[in-house]
Amino acid sequence: MPVLLATDVLVWLLVAAAAGYALYCRRHAHLAAPWARVFRSPPAIASAVVLAFYVGVGLLDSLHYRPQLPQKADGGQKAYSVEVLSVLDWSLAHLRGRNEKTYSAPLAIRSFAREQVELPGGKIAREFPRLQFGGAHLAKEEHWASDVGWRVFKGLGFAAAILLAAAIGMRILRVRWPEVPWHAAVWALGGVLVLLMPALVLSGGYHVLGTDKVGNDVFYQALKSIRTSLVIGTVTTLVLLPLGIALGIMAGYFRGWVDDLIQYVYTTLNSIPGVLLIAASVLMMQVVIDRHPEWFATAAHRADAKLLVLCAILGLTSWTGLARLLRGETLKLSELEYIQAAHALGVRGGRVISRHILPNVAHIVIIAMVMDFSGLVLAEAVLSYVGVGVDPSTSSFGTMINSARMEMSREPVVWWALATAFCFMFVLVLAANLFADAVRDGFDPRVRVGALAKAAA
Amino acid sequence: MSDISLAVEGLATRIDTTAGELRAVDGIDFELRRGECFALVGESGCGKSMTALSLLRLLPEAGRIASGRVLLEGHDLLALPEAAMRAVRGRRVAMIFQEPSTALNPVLTVGRQILEVIDRHLGIGGEEAKVRALALLDSVGIPDAARRFDEYPFQLSGGLKQRVMIAAALAADPEVLVADEPTTALDVTIQAQILELLARLQAERGMALLLITHDLAIVAQMAHRVAVMYAGQIVELATREQFFRAPQHPYSRKLFDAVPTPEKRSGELAVIPGQVPSLLGEFRGCRFAERCDEAFERCKWVAPSLVALPGGHLSRCLLREKGPAAPPGEVTVLAGKRSSTAGESDVLLDVADLKVHFPIRRGLFKRTVGHVKAVDGVSLQIREGRTLALVGESGCGKTTVGKAILRLLAPTGGTVRYGGADLAALSGEDLRLRRRAMQIVFQDPYASLNPRMRVGDILAEGMRALGVGGDEAGRAARIGVLLDQVGLPRDAVERYPHEFSGGQRQRIAIARALAVEPRLIICDEPTSALDVSVQAQILNLLRELQARLGLAYLFITHNLSVVEYLAHDVAVMYLGRIVEQGTVDEVLGSPRHPYTEALLSAVPQIEGQRRMVRLSGDLPSPANPPAGCHFHPRCPKALPECARDWPETARLSPTRTVNCLLYRASSAASIN
Repeated sequence: MPVLLATDVLVWLLVAAAAGYALYCRRHAHLAAPWARVFRSPPAIASAVVLAFYVGVGLLDSLHYRPQLPQKADGGQKAYSVEVLSVLDWSLAHLRGRNEKTYSAPLAIRSFAREQVELPGGKIAREFPRLQFGGAHLAKEEHWASDVGWRVFKGLGFAAAILLAAAIGMRILRVRWPEVPWHAAVWALGGVLVLLMPALVLSGGYHVLGTDKVGNDVFYQALKSIRTSLVIGTVTTLVLLPLGIALGIMAGYFRGWVDDLIQYVYTTLNSIPGVLLIAASVLMMQVVIDRHPEWFATAAHRADAKLLVLCAILGLTSWTGLARLLRGETLKLSELEYIQAAHALGVRGGRVISRHILPNVAHIVIIAMVMDFSGLVLAEAVLSYVGVGVDPSTSSFGTMINSARMEMSREPVVWWALATAFCFMFVLVLAANLFADAVRDGFDPRVRVGALAKAAA
Repeated sequence: MSDISLAVEGLATRIDTTAGELRAVDGIDFELRRGECFALVGESGCGKSMTALSLLRLLPEAGRIASGRVLLEGHDLLALPEAAMRAVRGRRVAMIFQEPSTALNPVLTVGRQILEVIDRHLGIGGEEAKVRALALLDSVGIPDAARRFDEYPFQLSGGLKQRVMIAAALAADPEVLVADEPTTALDVTIQAQILELLARLQAERGMALLLITHDLAIVAQMAHRVAVMYAGQIVELATREQFFRAPQHPYSRKLFDAVPTPEKRSGELAVIPGQVPSLLGEFRGCRFAERCDEAFERCKWVAPSLVALPGGHLSRCLLREKGPAAPPGEVTVLAGKRSSTAGESDVLLDVADLKVHFPIRRGLFKRTVGHVKAVDGVSLQIREGRTLALVGESGCGKTTVGKAILRLLAPTGGTVRYGGADLAALSGEDLRLRRRAMQIVFQDPYASLNPRMRVGDILAEGMRALGVGGDEAGRAARIGVLLDQVGLPRDAVERYPHEFSGGQRQRIAIARALAVEPRLIICDEPTSALDVSVQAQILNLLRELQARLGLAYLFITHNLSVVEYLAHDVAVMYLGRIVEQGTVDEVLGSPRHPYTEALLSAVPQIEGQRRMVRLSGDLPSPANPPAGCHFHPRCPKALPECARDWPETARLSPTRTVNCLLYRASSAASIN
């Protein structure tokens, strides 16, 4: 039975909106040109490929369903599990179910902690027991190295095959869009595949990145965390954009008391420490949610509601920067002569905003959106670390870091959970930042090379 | 030692752009002699600024000098290492830039910026340097130099800043001074001061002055020799006398014809069709051939070289191989078709005692502590089908008058009567529906069109808002007619503004104003951002539209030659008030108010010189205008009682009024 979580709806709406925007851009030269500039930059292409991998995982994780329980003999109505799964869970079923008892290092076949084991002779010994799933297929432990080697080799083989296909595809694409630096795309794809394919092949028999305290596979957790990050980074902007755009433009266009009021609101909002405000609102909403379990059909719904509330609160507290930018730009624009001409032509205020101001601040909105994304991803990690972020049952980089924090003080140190969260998040934020830079360069008229032609005058 | 101070040989400058290599300067030769003013003239985009920057090796990042030599006293500047070049810049070759407000560092005092040059190039510091700097400030005519020395650039007016820049350029006593459009950003009375200063300094110091300008009148006033640039090349080089008597290149001749003058009033101005060709790529024939009336078949294939004519006159034209052209004939002055008397047509717009005051707010609670009286009691009448020019220097409030009439700004007081209603008192929907009657055309064609809208949408917008043109189909038909009227192709509808040149954009702006069938168009400096050949096209268009549609114009400008060509009536504004008003012939022919006289005498003329009335100082601040007659502190004819009261309006003829105490008696006499 398919399940639509609230965030799923929003995520797919966003995908539809992005597709619509892309179509719209194709038809409007003044919008297509800056995007064409963005995609002429090799770092932008490379980071777009990396982001595409993240988005792909996130989207797979946004198709939810409840599996059907085995039919009872009496043939009554179909029963569905209370557990909500996603397509990603289904495709990684081998990772989800196979929990160990506790910590195990990456690719280990024995547990990280000693246990008392009863030997066949009745004697009790303390040793590192074999893992239940990690390397369980190995008859002898000596085969470990050759098995891992073989799996890595196989993974690299897959990667090479896909890459070859991509390289051929690139030649076709190059004919169509010769100015795009496809080589950067292939390099980035190569990087992703070389890491991903061996990891996938290895994950069939091992815990590639180890397990955490309660024996969950860290690799699986990291993949699940991607959706949380993306939802926070994108759905929040859905809340933030209307507020920022409407209030910013209103302040700049109407001026007078409207401007004063909006400025007071955002100055006040800005002077409350962000984490404090967010923590207070999140805790309040969580209490409300926890008190009304009857609102939610499953635990997944409840966790999802908390995620949504977190997005809304982040959005409600972070629109001020955008509003301030847009206010300034609108102030500048409304002094411009084409806006004055529109006034002289008797064009009404609403139309002036929608036809003259909005299209001319759109580039700022786009830039702000991509720049905010990485900030929001990091904000989620901080909030979850503080303990006011997402539901504990939702995996996110923040909760991973939070639970890994205690492990750092163990001896020997349990490093893999933290390192995994760090690497996944680092790559995501770095790619997002590089992409945002390229977008800013493409859209910001001040950095255009066209200035040279003017200098020639 | 020869008397050649700087020689340029085969200089070629390329600029790398995304579209390819731009040949900004394509092989030019000239020389600057000691004590000579050499003028480089041309329209925008012809490469004259790039030439100046190449001389000093100050090209932008993407530019490079492809070939040529720049010999300063026989030493090639282009061969010098950068460190040695730094010692040349400012020391031996100095430059003055166009925009005085951005060429000075805003966080350093004026004195520091001059001391810096003295210290860097002459190695003088301390008291001695200060004495030198003060002497420099004094010599460029800065009053009270000792006080100005410690002031910051924002405390100075535009004219004073330009003087400071000249002082800094002269601090190390350079042999060559390059002045790139030194007065373009300044008002005409200030321009006159600066040009006079440059001429005096040059004569005193025996410098060579390379003057870059687009204004032929400035050339006539300043230059000893002239070079005309077109599309990266020098097309004509001659002494001033030769050049102004008989220009030898068709382009130069066209430039002269395109300048509006009173003699051309009754006819159309000559226009140069098309625009300066793109400098990307190679040229085969003559670069001007496409726009030239006299071009013949060979022009397309043979690139002309500079032809030497008698007297050392050079012209890059195949026609000149047969010998020099005769001086252009006299402009045939047709009998003035324009009615020079007012009163025969109805009053369309009656502005009475219009005031626009901007409050100055200070402090925590934004209390109003004073007012900037941008417009302070302006009365004028515009009649059907006539053009009233509103003339004045920047900051005098003329643009504010235009915007207040259109209610783009809220007037503080006064009435604006149109068709029986007082526009100044209307608001909301009443006002919105009356906007049809009046429209505006702005100065900057790049800022006045929304870059995100197609031309068709731009033109349709006002019609939609005011319900003109019936349904969508009716509007589309009307847009076609409008495009025909302003001389644009009909397929412009689907295109975006950036695909058009400056002149074409201004046509679109005019079409947008015409779309709602106004009776009056307020033209706010519509040609001051355009080149002279394009300006002629727009002026012709405006006149043609006036004749065809019976439009009235309120023409706001500081360019008096345009006024002489286009206007019927003139109102001269000074510091928020009108000081003289009358028909063009009256006001420009025999100015009565001392300010009008000064303003007219400051305009450089191509032919002949008017007697100069020199104005000292700058326009005072409208926040704190002088008591009595606002003009009296600068007025050469001021009487003691001028400081007491604003003079009453004196009517000198049925059409003419002056606000000056000098005419109080005479007007009283004429009334009695």
